[in-house]
Amino acid sequence: MNRLQISLSGITLANPIIPASGTYGFGDEFAELYDINCLGGISFKGTTREARYGNPLPRIAECGNYGMINAVGLQNPGVEHVIAHELPRLKSHYNGCIVANVSGFSVQDYVETCALLDKEPIDILEVNISCPNVHNGGMAFGTSPEAAAEVTAAVKAVTTKPVYMKLSPNVTDIVAIAKACEAAGADGLCLINTVLGMRIDIRRRRPVIANRYGGYSGSGIFPLALRMVNQVARATSLPIIGCGGVSSAEDVIEMMMAGATAVEIGAANLTNPMVAKEIIDRLPTLMDELKIEKLIDIIGIVNHE
Amino acid sequence: MKQLTFEIKTNEQIAKNVYRMQLCGDTTGILPGQFVNIRVQGQFLRRPISVCNIEQPLNNVEPYLTIIYKVVGVGTEAMSHLPVGTQLDVLTVLGNGYDLTKAGDAPLLVGGGVGVPPMYMLARQLREMGKAVRVILGFNTKGEVFYEEEFRALGCEVVVTTVDGSHGVKGFVTNALDGQQSYYYTCGPLPMIKALLQAAGTHGEVSMEERMGCGFGACMGCTIQTTQGPKRVCKEGPVFPASELIL
Repeated sequence: MNRLQISLSGITLANPIIPASGTYGFGDEFAELYDINCLGGISFKGTTREARYGNPLPRIAECGNYGMINAVGLQNPGVEHVIAHELPRLKSHYNGCIVANVSGFSVQDYVETCALLDKEPIDILEVNISCPNVHNGGMAFGTSPEAAAEVTAAVKAVTTKPVYMKLSPNVTDIVAIAKACEAAGADGLCLINTVLGMRIDIRRRRPVIANRYGGYSGSGIFPLALRMVNQVARATSLPIIGCGGVSSAEDVIEMMMAGATAVEIGAANLTNPMVAKEIIDRLPTLMDELKIEKLIDIIGIVNHE
Repeated sequence: MKQLTFEIKTNEQIAKNVYRMQLCGDTTGILPGQFVNIRVQGQFLRRPISVCNIEQPLNNVEPYLTIIYKVVGVGTEAMSHLPVGTQLDVLTVLGNGYDLTKAGDAPLLVGGGVGVPPMYMLARQLREMGKAVRVILGFNTKGEVFYEEEFRALGCEVVVTTVDGSHGVKGFVTNALDGQQSYYYTCGPLPMIKALLQAAGTHGEVSMEERMGCGFGACMGCTIQTTQGPKRVCKEGPVFPASELIL
């Protein structure tokens, strides 16, 4: 058996590495550099019911050597365009697990978008209730257990695909929200989305980001993400896609030891477009060093006392 | 897009806060108006810089590319201190360049500040095509002026403007327009672009600048609204037909 192989809700992935939504588009840019079929999965750009331009510019702010803030605001061509154009193109040159990342501004939005994608060749629905960059929606559904449960149940009712809820770290108690999603029928969880942050241009005396705040991502959030993955892993029995600041094979091992079954790579793709492939190539050597025979043996291993 | 290693051959100040860096490495495929995205130690994001010129291996010299950058923050400050011989991780052949087929017989090139560098490679190629190239270079003051003689050496007609009048024509690049209906190519600060479009119309191409996350089309951080819908400055741009811009 492939030592790197894992499975999410019965879907086999050749390895646990999945580029995170919003950092990989639909893979086209990266396919110029390497064969993206090496990836366990791809979580495609967050898709909404209608096309969106997103937020005003600037949308990007740097945070030293540790990360960046983005306030893109779910720019996408809308689910119908994605189904007609982007998805067939991705499907034509990628054979791995396709994770469809979906956002909405009302429960009805989520339901309609997921219902449309239910008939399409995608493997997992990743329901984003944690986008910090849109008003009247996105994160609003991920910051209360009741709203998170409502979206989960509503989406589950219209799809046969596995439903993974993508959770926000911008909450008091992520475990309560994870449990609410589990109780409402979620098949898995993905965490964390970006951390709400801010930078100020001290010369111009104004926020760098036009939208004032944005989502902080990059290696600076890794310890926070790891802690939350571990907390949720200990409190629920759902499979977890760990995400947040992962930028090396060592980080992947750590995420899996904390309780993640698969691992998403986010901001690191933007600064080193080869990083996902480099991590996959490095994993077997690192596993030898750490005396790990198969990756599935270490999932949540720190929780096994 | 290619990810390549380049070695710094020179890195020197050429005007106030402005540096020129020559980088040895594979320059094939780079067109005028395209940019490179350079990883700088200690900074999370790369630094996107327009290509000023390339030397191809066939010219009997080691291939290298020239970039000219202004120190505006910690990243470019760090770049200005990098010693000769430093190896850099560079994403290259990024974005879409200028369309030289539209130049006509006597194109106009307008560069403002660090919008001047991409005009150089463009001017060189247009001169090689036998075009009569008129160049307007706009700066704030004499100490910031660079590449005036380099453009002249290509055989271009060069007019320099400075806002304070300390060198060349006093005022903005628009003060140096001669009323000819030439096809234009431009790169510079947004107020300059707006003034130029107002004075010279939309018969030309504009290189836009935006804060970028990745610089190669993945993050949607630099998307502008155009008359043809949302477009990524790093991928569909940085060069846009002036008629597509909503300024």
